[in-house]
Amino acid sequence: MIPGSFAYHRPKSIAEAVGLLADLGDEARALAGGHSLIPMMKLRLATPEHLVDLAAIGDLQGVRADGADIVIGAMTTQHDLLASEEIAKSLPILHEAALLIADPQVRYMGTIGGNVANGDPGNDMPALMMTLGASYRLEGASGGRNIAASEFYQGAYFTALEPGEILTSISVPLPAAGHGYAYEKLKRKVGDYATAAAAVVLTMAGGKVATCAIGLTNLHETPLLATGAAKAVIGTSLDATTLKKAAAAAEAIMSPAADARGPVEYRKHVGGIMVTRALQRAAAGAK
Amino acid sequence: MAKTHVTMKVNGTEVEGLVEPRTLLVHFLRENLSLTGTHIGCETTHCGACTVDLDGMSVKSCTVFAVQAQGSEILTIEGVANADGTLSALQEGFRMMHGLQCGFCTPGMIVRAQRLLQENPRPSEEEIRMGISGNICRCTGYQNIVRAIQYAADKINGVEFKEAAE
Repeated sequence: MIPGSFAYHRPKSIAEAVGLLADLGDEARALAGGHSLIPMMKLRLATPEHLVDLAAIGDLQGVRADGADIVIGAMTTQHDLLASEEIAKSLPILHEAALLIADPQVRYMGTIGGNVANGDPGNDMPALMMTLGASYRLEGASGGRNIAASEFYQGAYFTALEPGEILTSISVPLPAAGHGYAYEKLKRKVGDYATAAAAVVLTMAGGKVATCAIGLTNLHETPLLATGAAKAVIGTSLDATTLKKAAAAAEAIMSPAADARGPVEYRKHVGGIMVTRALQRAAAGAK
Repeated sequence: MAKTHVTMKVNGTEVEGLVEPRTLLVHFLRENLSLTGTHIGCETTHCGACTVDLDGMSVKSCTVFAVQAQGSEILTIEGVANADGTLSALQEGFRMMHGLQCGFCTPGMIVRAQRLLQENPRPSEEEIRMGISGNICRCTGYQNIVRAIQYAADKINGVEFKEAAE
């Protein structure tokens, strides 16, 4: 379980990091918390010749409010998110979800940037970012650009990130005041990826759903927005028939892999249950 | 591959060494510094036996490169006892409450629990269980480990430890 040899670089700025990645080419990988990459390197499933460690870049750290957005630096760890009063106050669904990621030790190292940029369908934050309508800031040697989370994921481990680019921050628009939220994640044990998980952010008006977004984790090779299911609940009071209709609409777009977490039919079935539970809990918490 | 010079403070002592960038922190601690109290269990970031404290964070030292720990402060099980050599509250708790059987997970459990109690000096049983959820024990069923941490929390807080009713 010893990784292959590599050269280690520790740039101090974003410009220096993207310069290194451009110079070193395909054999270089950016290192964030390392808790996806280092296990892959130990198995020799990843054998980068250069690691560009982003840990010393101050501009990639921290959570701040910027107008109507909360901006989260890519190297902000899950532990930092849990400790952030801004997140607890403005984006409580991220606090709730971060607690369901891995275990305490991994949360001290694992970063939100790594979580969303890696393209692993099992990661929780991508579906949450799509549900919240977040966008990512990407920086490369030839400049920066913004991309919506909903346009970032192309396939398992395939994203819109171009060679040499790094994801530097995430901008999340503040959800409406009084919104309800829930992230329901079924997993076999602490530290496991989701068998199925659903994120819901909604607002209620007069006992009926006014707006709703639903995201799905680990139920497809990319995170999904369940737009049909969300549309089905708008204007309803989430009665039993509506919940059934929403779960069926969400299940219709799921195509999970059959793995140790269960066969396809089971994972879709519990995926529908996660959607139902998340809708109910989000509605109960909405003001 | 060229070796890199690293320096860090381990259990209060400045140490240095030459390592390949691929050297894992746990190997640096065990092989370069002969601090073999930190155990290698699964090597896959699951079991937590290799947990050490790195700049105030509990980390699995099998999943951190020694070069990433350059300039950091590290605490391992060897640095947990009181300065006069007596057992720390946690070590005493594990002894009094029979918090170990084979002992393999114990260094990671104690180092992790120490960080937990620093962040949350009065954890509930639920918070203790979640707090050590990155550490696997295959002997005890965790009951006595939880008691050991409750014992230590009470001792640190100056309260008499009382067993919760079964």
